[in-house]
Amino acid sequence: MNEHLILYPILVHLITAILLLFFWMKPKIQYYISIAGSAIGIIIGIVLFQSVWENGIQSIQLGNWQAPFGITMVSDTLSASLVLIANIVALAISINSTKTVVSTRIKFGYYAILHFLFMGLSGAFITGDLFSLYVWFEVIIISSFVLLTIGGRKNQIEGAVKYFTLNMISSIIFLTAIGMVYGVTGSLNMADISRIIPEIENKGLVQTISLIFFVGFGVKSGVFPLYFWLPASYHTPPAAVSALFAGLLTKVGVYAMIRVFTLLFPLGETNQLIIMIIAGLTIFFGGIGAIVQRDVLKVFSYLIICHIGFMVGGLGLFTEVALAGAVMYMFHDIIVKTTLFLMGGVFHRIFGSTRFENMGGLMDQYPRLSFLFAIPLFALVGVPPLSGFWPKVSLFSAAYTRGEFFMLIMFIFASLITLIIIARVWNNIFSKRNIERKERVDMKYFNQFSLWQKISYIVPIILLVCVTLYYSFFAEHFQMVAKRISEELMNTEHYYNAVFGIKENNIKL
Amino acid sequence: MEILLAIMTGILYAAGIYLMLRRSLVKLIIGIVILGNGVNLLIFLMGGLSKGEPPLISEAGLALEGAFADPVPQALILTAIVISFGLQSFAIVLIHRAYKVLKTDDIDTMNKTDEIS
Repeated sequence: MNEHLILYPILVHLITAILLLFFWMKPKIQYYISIAGSAIGIIIGIVLFQSVWENGIQSIQLGNWQAPFGITMVSDTLSASLVLIANIVALAISINSTKTVVSTRIKFGYYAILHFLFMGLSGAFITGDLFSLYVWFEVIIISSFVLLTIGGRKNQIEGAVKYFTLNMISSIIFLTAIGMVYGVTGSLNMADISRIIPEIENKGLVQTISLIFFVGFGVKSGVFPLYFWLPASYHTPPAAVSALFAGLLTKVGVYAMIRVFTLLFPLGETNQLIIMIIAGLTIFFGGIGAIVQRDVLKVFSYLIICHIGFMVGGLGLFTEVALAGAVMYMFHDIIVKTTLFLMGGVFHRIFGSTRFENMGGLMDQYPRLSFLFAIPLFALVGVPPLSGFWPKVSLFSAAYTRGEFFMLIMFIFASLITLIIIARVWNNIFSKRNIERKERVDMKYFNQFSLWQKISYIVPIILLVCVTLYYSFFAEHFQMVAKRISEELMNTEHYYNAVFGIKENNIKL
Repeated sequence: MEILLAIMTGILYAAGIYLMLRRSLVKLIIGIVILGNGVNLLIFLMGGLSKGEPPLISEAGLALEGAFADPVPQALILTAIVISFGLQSFAIVLIHRAYKVLKTDDIDTMNKTDEIS
């Protein structure tokens, strides 16, 4: 087995990005390089996942510095599966961007930045060092700022100011927490810290630090009182960019939250209560926010917030079943939310606007497309065999067996309000009678598209819908993966042994 | 010395947050810069202070001996400073662009993307 396999998901996107920089003004060549890079990323993701699945958690010490001193890269099942899913999304976004993002934007380095963003994502999933997690987060947010502002339309700039400010604050809070952790433990290696923290006598300080982490990651993932940047900015960039943000960026925050609150600060009674209350309120306010919006992209933005509550709530319940449910929900959510925002791009091209009053009659005009779009919408609601249903089984049963009826009620509320919202979306876009619209002369509509343009819009959606269908009908595979992930998360000695066990092997060599 | 630095960190945090709560875009950026410096000082302080002991290995020795300053926080601060430089230069370009496009410096009037409908 190749011992550097863990680094390949990072390297593939780094190399792709560097290659893209050499073809700065040539969009056509950039398309092929980007799609090829993402496809190789998927292959590497599969190989890494298979290797982790067969051989357990893997780690590598960068520069051969022994474990607590150098930077460690660790890939457990959670990291490996998220890397794989991120690369599937990367392929969809790469294909979609070929025609949805205008070539002037691509000439400003859109694709290179896109791949730097994926490099940051892979790094954040794989790193085992707290400070390098911060650095990967910065790589992600710098790239996302550029992707958000590239093009420089009025709305984009205004959304970017809000996005920038709150993400900066979140990074500063995260860095504060890292500084404090270093102060009390004297280490930055996450596995090492997990062994030092239980021995600290000042429990109040540890509690405070853990909540500072929660606030920092809470801004990133958009939990209740900290989510206002999300609906203000996510509908402004081109569809491909907002799909990427919607699918992956908030989930990185949730991933960091799961990692920190299982490994470094296993949740105590108080923190569980705080996190559950916040998850419940996130579901409530996200759902209520979505119901009043009249722009389909804003509805989807609020639904992101609403469904973050499922993952954070699953973490708050803090049993193996609940964590498995949360992780499964995360897989489902990444795929489906990306699909929804890509669909938003198609709506924009069909109707010339994403506001409900300008839409209608999709089912009469494009019946096959409507059938395709119905699958992710119903999956989001959680209509039984589709993917949203399976994680909810675990989450509901975990909430019920723990006797946390507040959480159970909020989960049911979320499912019902999602149903109402999707019914509203369906009614306004698909089944409402087509209305007379003023044709905009400055825009090319979907029915004027060439075949290749249609393919670049629809093929990524088909790709992601296929993943959703695979999830739906072979849910036991995801259940198995999620079960193993939750075992690994709850029993941190596996992680610790993987980080420090490799060190022994190296000495033998 | 510790107490002095701790108070200083607190003042920087307070000043940064105060500036960020003002309505001007420029003050928002200055607030972020000051807050960033506060964090750097905090990391420096949390690493533990020791006076006049550079972490250098003497020519004869193989490891650090006696009292020495922890080199890790300095490396962390250096990284954090470089990152915040990059972000701040982006921020300045962004507010310049925002002023040109939106023709306002007042954050309270920037609510177009939050409106319902």
